[in-house]
Parts: sequence; C-alpha cells; structure tokens
Amino acid sequence: MDFPQDLKYTKEHEWVKEEGGSVVIGVTDYAQDSLGDIVYVELPSEGADVTKDEPFGVVESVKAVSDLYSPVSGTVLEVNDSIVDSPEVINDEPYGDAWMLKIELAEPSELDGLLSVEEYKNYIEEES
Amino acid sequence: MRATNELRRTPLYQVHKALGARIVDFAGWEMPVQYAGVMEEHKAVRSSCGIFDVSHMGEIEIAGPKAEQACNMVATNNAERLVDGKCQYTIICNESGMALDDTILYRINSEKFIFCVNASNVEKIYDWLCARVGQVASVIDRSSEYGLIAFQGPKARGVLADITEDDTSVIKGFHFAFVTLCGVEVMLSRTGYTGEDGFEIFCPAASTAKIWNALMQAGSDEGITPVGLGARDTLRLEMGYPLYGHELTEETTPVEAGLKRFISVDGGDYFGKEVIAGQLAGGTLRKLVGIEMIDKAIPRAGYPIMKDGVQVGEVTSGTFSPTLERPIAMAYLELPVSEPGTEVYINLRGKMRAARVAKLPFYRRSK
Repeated sequence: MDFPQDLKYTKEHEWVKEEGGSVVIGVTDYAQDSLGDIVYVELPSEGADVTKDEPFGVVESVKAVSDLYSPVSGTVLEVNDSIVDSPEVINDEPYGDAWMLKIELAEPSELDGLLSVEEYKNYIEEES
Repeated sequence: MRATNELRRTPLYQVHKALGARIVDFAGWEMPVQYAGVMEEHKAVRSSCGIFDVSHMGEIEIAGPKAEQACNMVATNNAERLVDGKCQYTIICNESGMALDDTILYRINSEKFIFCVNASNVEKIYDWLCARVGQVASVIDRSSEYGLIAFQGPKARGVLADITEDDTSVIKGFHFAFVTLCGVEVMLSRTGYTGEDGFEIFCPAASTAKIWNALMQAGSDEGITPVGLGARDTLRLEMGYPLYGHELTEETTPVEAGLKRFISVDGGDYFGKEVIAGQLAGGTLRKLVGIEMIDKAIPRAGYPIMKDGVQVGEVTSGTFSPTLERPIAMAYLELPVSEPGTEVYINLRGKMRAARVAKLPFYRRSK
C-alpha cells in the first residue's frame, strides 16, 4: 500500500496536501482498499463551507456507504467533478486523479493536528 | 455447547487465506467476502465461471418410511412432486405462515430427503423439525459432514466435465446425481443462486479442498474466479432472489415475497398453510418489488420508501448492479403503490431521492 511522504493524514483515512493557504484532500489507499469497488461519490458544491471532523460528502462501494469527514475547516474552492462521473478512479488513483476538494483554510493551525505519514502508518497497523 | 464468540471455519478456510481473501464474520462463520473485488468476481460469473465456498450452509436429513409426509408437514412446496434425484425450492414457515427459512429439498430416495438450509438458521430449523416431525421421521443434522461448493457461470459445465468421467450434462435444472469428481463421490446438483447455469457440489467435508483445487486447475484457461459473499449478494440481487434475513424473515410470508410458484395448495397441511391459503385467495397488503433509482445514490436495506409524504414501504436489499452499472434494490411496498413504473421517494439518510418500482428480475441470462 502506498502512502506518499509529502502528505498529511487523518484517522478517518483522508489525505491532505498543502498548497499555500489552501489544501487539496482525498481518501487514502487504505481507505479505497477497505471500501472495495467504489461506485458513487457525493461531494459539496464550490463555495460551500466545510468544518473539521464534520461530514462533507459520501462515498459508496458496492457493499457499503461511508461518510467523508473534512480534515480541515474552510471554503470549497474547487470540486473534482470527474470522480463523480467515474468513481472507480478513486480505487485506481487515490492520491492523483481522485483528489476530491480544494479548500481555502479558515484555520491554518488545524494542519498541525494532522498525522504525519509515519503516525498514519502506525495508526492503521494498530487498527487492522 | 459452543462459545458464542467462537467463529467456525469451513474446510476451505486455509484455501481462502492462501488466495488472499478478505475474511468476515457471516452468521457465525469466518467467510471470504471478496478476493479480487466484487465487480470483477461478479463479471466472471456472468461471462465465464466462478467458484464459491458455501459450506456454511446446513444439510438436515429427514429419513424413514414417512419422510415424504414429514417434509410436507413443514414446507410449502409439495414433496410428492419430487422423484429420486429431483429437488425443489421450498419455504419452512411457522403456524402464522411466516418464513423460518427458505431451503432446497432434495429427494435421495423415498425414505431419505435433505433440506439444504441457510447457515444462520441451521439450529433453529433443526430444533423446529425435531419438535414438529421428530415423531414422524428421523431428523439428522448432517451439516458438519458436508462441504458445499457452488460452481456457476456459462463455462461451468464445460470445466466440470474435465474432472469427471460421468456425463453431468444429463442432470437438468433442479435435478441432482451422485457422481465422481477427481476420484471423490459427491452429490452434484444443477442449482444455484446467481441466475447462471451451474452446479452446487455437496462434497465429503475432508475432500472439499481437493475438489476446489481440481476445479481451479481445470478452469484456469477459462479464467475461473473465486467468488466471495459480496458478489454472491450482487448476483442474487440482479436475479431478484430473496435472501433470508432481508426479503424473508419471521415477519414475512412467502406470498408477500412473491413465491407463489413454490407454494402448493394440493400438498400437505404444512404449518402456516391456513394463513398462506388465505393470502393466496384474498391477497396481501404489501408486496416484494424491484426498485430502480431516478436520482443518483444507492438505496440500502432499511431505508424508508415514501409516497406523497407518507411511508409506504422499506428497502430490504440494495446494491450497485455490476451488470447494469446502476443501483438496484428490492423492497416491500404497500399494494396500491407496487405496480412497476410507480414513482416513489427513498429516504436516503435524510435526503429524499426519486426512484421507481421496477420489474424483477433485473437480469436474465441470454439463452
């Protein structure tokens, strides 16, 4: 399983990539693998506000539905509509083409509470 | 007694581990839910062949001179219509006509029948049969003696022919025979839960892995694929087959579930017949239907179904159909809104999403 070094992670299995005052987020390789074949995604609209640890969307595999929890608070700058049309990309490219949202940070200090790649790896090892 | 937290393993557990299956707790058993992935496994069964471990299912034997009479006292179909080597789908109901289990009944000979029952219901049905017909015939739980492999798909018959010298093509649908597969005598049944041609192979428990491995090897050129419970569910849902615990429960009758074809009116006076005959004559208040979505998202078991602001039913099973590439579901709906084409709303976690009643099955194999 792949966990890029330059990303931050959450216990809800999302990844966060810093880009200046904003972040790009998605779900991790571990998340897509646990979910299995992903067939449906529901994301907020551009301009919507998201809140740290609150659900911002839904991802469904054949078997189950899961909420997506926002790793940060802020305003949605961009939405990756292509994964809504082709949700299977999340299984294939969880860190690349399957990014979900670009968010303008309301509280940049929230980034400090996210997990490093080592912390995340340890966490999923304990969990599984 | 078995500790309640102790999970049981089928004779194929190590085979699944070696294949890298994801194992889950299902009805008290450690079962493979998927190997390569639900979509891939599902498509393999529709286009080639898939092999399933369903050894968790139970086999309860009814034996003795009055075995047929005993079967007709407890199940809705008419066992008198069976001959040696024929089987039938039949439902065991309680006195109120509510389903205790849906089963396949096999007639080995006039004094020996076997009910193949759902894993979650083995003990319940064994106790029920002992109490209700234990004085009429012997009731023996043979579940631990059998492994059970389902081998399904358009290529299944050809692959199976490679590991036997018996002519298995003479076994028609809902018939079975005792044949020898790679040196092991098995009870081979032309039945399944996928909507494809295929077999269910009742093997001696100790030889189950041998037969699995022989089929895997014989089918490798055809792309034989091990299939977990995940795709077993999507396959049966496309066919509109009921799953006990969802479409059939102790709160539903087989008439509501649309299983009239498996209810005899001329056979025995089985438990629940009065209620069931009443429903056959007078109708039911609700009906099992198919659901397709107009809006996006997948309806799941337990979601309420609304019409004009009032709840008119509930989803019993829902998934994404790998063949149709869209969401499908089954649901109980009140009779006036159960006609195919009727538009309803599904309360999907608080959001109302448009859907419509659909004809079952969702899928039919090409002949």
